Amino acid sequence: MQPGVGSLMGLVLARDLRLAFRHWDQVIQPLVFFVIVTTLFPLAISPSLDELRGIAPGIVWVAAMLASLLALESLFRPDVDDGTMEQWTLSGQPLSLMLLAKTLAHWLLAGLPLVIMAPLVGYALGMPESAWPVLVGSLALGTGCLSVLGGIGAALTVSVRRGSVLLALLVLPLEMPILIFGARAVDLAMHGESATGPLNLLAAMLLLFISLGPVAMAAAMRISVES
Amino acid sequence: MPNASASGAKLEVRGLHLWRGERHLLRNVSFAVEPGELLQVAGPNGVGKTSLLRCAAGLLPVESGEIFWRHQPIAAQRDTYHSELAYLAHVNALKVDLTARENLLFGVGIRRSVTSEEIDQALARVEIPHCRDLPVRSLSAGQKRRVAIARILLTRPALWILDEPITNLDVGGIALFERCMATHLEEGGMILTAAHQSLLAGRSGVRTLELH
Amino acid sequence: MWLWFYQLASPPHAYRLLGLWRPWLLWPAIALMVIGVYGGLVMAPADYQQKDAFRIIYVHVPSASLSLMVYVMMAVAAAIGLIWRMKLAHAVAASCAPLGAWFTVLALVTGSIWGKPMWGTWWEWDPRLTSELILLFLYLGYMALRASFDDIQRADRASAILAIVGVVNVPIVKYSVEWWNSLHQGPSISVTSKSAIAGSMVWPLLVLLLAFVLYFGAILCNRVRGEILLRERNTAWLAESSLKS
Repeated sequence: MQPGVGSLMGLVLARDLRLAFRHWDQVIQPLVFFVIVTTLFPLAISPSLDELRGIAPGIVWVAAMLASLLALESLFRPDVDDGTMEQWTLSGQPLSLMLLAKTLAHWLLAGLPLVIMAPLVGYALGMPESAWPVLVGSLALGTGCLSVLGGIGAALTVSVRRGSVLLALLVLPLEMPILIFGARAVDLAMHGESATGPLNLLAAMLLLFISLGPVAMAAAMRISVES
Repeated sequence: MPNASASGAKLEVRGLHLWRGERHLLRNVSFAVEPGELLQVAGPNGVGKTSLLRCAAGLLPVESGEIFWRHQPIAAQRDTYHSELAYLAHVNALKVDLTARENLLFGVGIRRSVTSEEIDQALARVEIPHCRDLPVRSLSAGQKRRVAIARILLTRPALWILDEPITNLDVGGIALFERCMATHLEEGGMILTAAHQSLLAGRSGVRTLELH
Repeated sequence: MWLWFYQLASPPHAYRLLGLWRPWLLWPAIALMVIGVYGGLVMAPADYQQKDAFRIIYVHVPSASLSLMVYVMMAVAAAIGLIWRMKLAHAVAASCAPLGAWFTVLALVTGSIWGKPMWGTWWEWDPRLTSELILLFLYLGYMALRASFDDIQRADRASAILAIVGVVNVPIVKYSVEWWNSLHQGPSISVTSKSAIAGSMVWPLLVLLLAFVLYFGAILCNRVRGEILLRERNTAWLAESSLKS
């Protein structure tokens, strides 16, 4: 008897989380990267919180985007290299849902820690506490979008030699609207204005990407495992 | 094996051509595999054995020619076809950080519900029950291959497509694997394989396809 | 209708047909370009605010329109190629990318030349220029992905997926950039002040837009023929036709 959709996705999710727990060192790397990148800006610009405060939303968002990009490298590559992905494409099961479950696992491991860490980083850059809820909310929605869009790029480039630079080239332009809405939402909140507009847009984009993205991911993955 | 005994199962390849870059690799390859039959694809390195197997498994798109499963083109029923098929490649598709048992639980679990007892039985059948809770990283190459074979046994498909299945297996392992294949054929299963040495030689229903 | 469609999809037929179309697109394009340039540079009056600087719209606006139009066309062709496994459609998509990228570069360069007298700087984060820049990145990504595959069929299908994802994203980019800019009331260039649009200013623009479209069609015919040669280099019809000529 074939497993249902829910148990199939649950199985993939459980497997990825279990694999991650056996390699904690690799899981926290994007988070450390995120914190290090945000540290670069005070060093490069100025230690004055007044100066940093104005660009804090941008710093946090750019760092989150780069950290998400860095983590994408390990989203599909291990499974493609050891032949697991080939078995998945031959399983007769909906590959798009399996890849969606993988992306969800990836977000839990690489996206969610950033969301949780963000207020701390924001505080260090002089962001007022009143902006934290919007910071956390925008990052939660935005890193989800980044994971799905990035997942499409990762599936396209996983079989390519030196694919990581190419991945950045493909994915970053596609992700620019997310950066715009995310960073601006935080900026609006810092100035005491309502950020519901951009947050709603981010939520709408997340829904759009979750509903269409896995199909693109699966199609891309079938091409990638051909070689 | 409920799947394997299903009647009317048949793999048929007609007039297959394949180009890899500039090379015209496969020229007009045709064959059929029926229940109880093993077709062994033979030929020197680089002749396109792996590519042929990958085409037959539906991993490589076919440019010219047709592949039928149960008299229907495989492109029209990809998921059904794949659910009746097991493909063993050069790589074992095992996660080295998981134990043999976990690998089977996830590897088979995505295709059908599997119990711990079944996994224990399969590991006993490939004669590595003691490896059950060892991480695959610590297993030898031959033991890893046996775990991959256990995955096929547990998946219970009608058609096995095996690319160099006995690589890394010792004499005992080869004999064991031939017994598994013979059982599969007796139960009405089908095998398409590429191997450097002939498997189940002399048995009825075993044929060889020579590629040039 | 379907017969025609299938005939068009067959490479030898398409190759011949595109060769026939090319002069019918190229010569009108050149003629219209001469008329449009004369109309734009000589006959149209100078704008009362922007003086003669506004005349660069006769290159900028058609390039900017084409840059977006070509991207959409590329994505549609890629989708047709992916869904109906039509090699010719993939050849069209592959040919569109460098052309579209050049139109985008042209729009960016003319936009910044226009910006110099208007803003006093070569680059301003104007929403239209910013979207053009992101569009250029999308084109570059598409071409880089194509180039990274050795096998042309895989390159076709992989880049088709990217083109489709990109075209879904283009309106989002467009909207987000406009929204982003509206928060910060920066300078923005408009074609001319609305009240001052004179007919003698507009008709050369339309003529040049048509000239650019025809020119694009002619070059596209050429490039698609090249792509067909590349894809069919081992086939019998090509060997026969090259022996004949």
